[in-house]
Amino acid sequence: MAKTATTGKAAGEKSNGQENSSAESRRESALALEALEILQADYEKRRKSQLEAIKTLDKKLLREMLYQMVLGRKFEEKCAEVYRMGKIGGFCHLYIGQEAIAIGSIMALEPDDMVITSYRDHVQAMVKGISPEAVMAELYGKIGGCVKGKGGSMHMFSAEHQFYGGHGIVGGQIGVGTGMAFAAKYKGTGRVTLCFFGEAAVNQGIFHESLNMAQLWKLPVIYICENNQYGMGTSQERAMSTRNIAKKAESYEMANEFVDGMDVLAVRDATLRAIKRAREESLPTLLEVRAYRYMGHSMSDPGNYRTREEIAKYQQRDPIKLFEGSLREAGIFNDEDFAEIEREAATAVEKAVEFADSSPLPPESELLTDVYA
Amino acid sequence: MAILTIRDALNQALREELLRDENVFIMGEEVAEYDGAYKVTRGLWKEFGSKRVIDTPITELGFAAVGVGAAMAGLRPVIEFMTWNFSILAADQIINHAAKMLYMSGGQFKVPIVFRGPNGSAYQVSSQHSHALEAMYANFPGLKVVMPSTPADAKGLLKSAIRDDNPVIFMEQERMYGIKGEVPEDEDFTIPLGVADIKREGTDCTIVARSMTVPLALDAAEKMKNEFDVSVEVIDPRTIKPLDTATIVNSVKKTNRLVIVEESHAFASVGAEISHSVIENAFDYLDAPIRRISTAEAPMPYAKNLEAAALPDVNKIITAVKEVCYL
Repeated sequence: MAKTATTGKAAGEKSNGQENSSAESRRESALALEALEILQADYEKRRKSQLEAIKTLDKKLLREMLYQMVLGRKFEEKCAEVYRMGKIGGFCHLYIGQEAIAIGSIMALEPDDMVITSYRDHVQAMVKGISPEAVMAELYGKIGGCVKGKGGSMHMFSAEHQFYGGHGIVGGQIGVGTGMAFAAKYKGTGRVTLCFFGEAAVNQGIFHESLNMAQLWKLPVIYICENNQYGMGTSQERAMSTRNIAKKAESYEMANEFVDGMDVLAVRDATLRAIKRAREESLPTLLEVRAYRYMGHSMSDPGNYRTREEIAKYQQRDPIKLFEGSLREAGIFNDEDFAEIEREAATAVEKAVEFADSSPLPPESELLTDVYA
Repeated sequence: MAILTIRDALNQALREELLRDENVFIMGEEVAEYDGAYKVTRGLWKEFGSKRVIDTPITELGFAAVGVGAAMAGLRPVIEFMTWNFSILAADQIINHAAKMLYMSGGQFKVPIVFRGPNGSAYQVSSQHSHALEAMYANFPGLKVVMPSTPADAKGLLKSAIRDDNPVIFMEQERMYGIKGEVPEDEDFTIPLGVADIKREGTDCTIVARSMTVPLALDAAEKMKNEFDVSVEVIDPRTIKPLDTATIVNSVKKTNRLVIVEESHAFASVGAEISHSVIENAFDYLDAPIRRISTAEAPMPYAKNLEAAALPDVNKIITAVKEVCYL
């Protein structure tokens, strides 16, 4: 089934013909590929025990996890398609390749738990419960969107689903998420906060200010650094003095883990450990989740800064393929099940597009509402 | 009514709101165990404890962000900046997050938060501790900006700000913390945001002043009466945003003359906005060009004489009033 579900085109596959051939780029690519090999080697070590563990998990949960991953992939592929048709305006940052992170972590939460993320937020929003229709209509700038067409791609929100937004200032949401966790502790709600950001946000002051306060005040927050290895067009290698982000937490004596972001079950397990720490001990955790985005930073990024080989190698270790392989090998689902999941996801995406197309534009009266409460 | 300083009136407002609503908490540098850098929070940590009155590291962006997130999740934070000059470190959270959250979320997430502290100059604290920043914050839809000039206003406006469901920029003035005045003792005494106060009635010339310049304007008005028999009306908008334009315009329609006195720099200032509103709404009533007294167009110097020269004072105001009255 993975055929269509994993055809996310590499960042500007066409324009990428002009490969960056500088020594610097080759070195970066070598590092990215080395990182991939390390991930795969570790994965092979734990694969056997994971296959045993998978059999103990609820089949319905596993199906929903795979469904959400496939839905996320297809939804984002559709976004790319309709963006090129001019249906979506502005910036549009796609999640293709990183699905295991949102699904592995958010689906480990209780419904009341809180989530906040960056501008690459469509899939997180849907996994937290916002309908594909409401997300797509938001992308279309329609009144049926989850924020009435006022936010667009970068600003999905839902109070009902405790989704505290997609945010457009790199790192800004790390501090806000820390405050959400502060409120949970203050009120004694027992709720935890998942706070997503990319690796480039780690270089912002707010990351360090937040981690310091979270550990100092023992806040029930889980920081998930989605390390897709590129901040727009700048590789981590060119932007950070150390590659080890998880270790930065140790400066604040905070618990931390490095996680394979292409293995949805590894993400889930690490998140569950962090959730336990947050709920039972009211302590924060930093998870560095290594991943890879197949597309450019945004729809307007031709992606000339990565080699085609690098992208292709990562696509071979696709998170959906990986999960399907495990499910097949563990004898939980067969090809027919995968085909059915794929059909369901495709139908959901089509419905989302139909809804977005038919939803009216926001009336002009919306311009000046919601400025003040 | 009790006679209180502005410092103690603010303290009373904070204490009453902490008592009234357990979702209210105070956070900032030295607000708790040290009793506040300017003693505005004196005694509150002892009374309410570390859960409600929280000392932070020196991490302005960080604790402003914690306030924003906590407000989104249902609390009512009062965030103190030791001076508004330090708020510039936190501007991303105030401007990009607090101000825009309700709109970006399609009305789903309110940010009921007060950012407060002293704004503008103090006593020879030089360039990086003396800036009056109200014009900058007033420029952002989503924020309210409040600047009290009396103990009663300070108390009533702060209580309203804490009860307001929007982010409120609450600007005090270090030189004014010791000013005394009558303050109502009623625990539900509040002053609505967005309503100007006529601090002195007059018929010949209007002065619009705020914060530190209100006492200066009142002094100038008294001297104009005694020395030149000119009757000056002094208006304090109290809230910069929303601005009570009607009260100002109505006054100018009566006096036909306007002097604006402000501690901030003149360029793109709140005074410029007031001036525009009057020109737009009372152009035909003006008998003289509008005059503005502002702080000199330079960073604040340290030397006592230079600092005095930079700031508005009574003589500068009198000169401007005489000019618009053609005296």
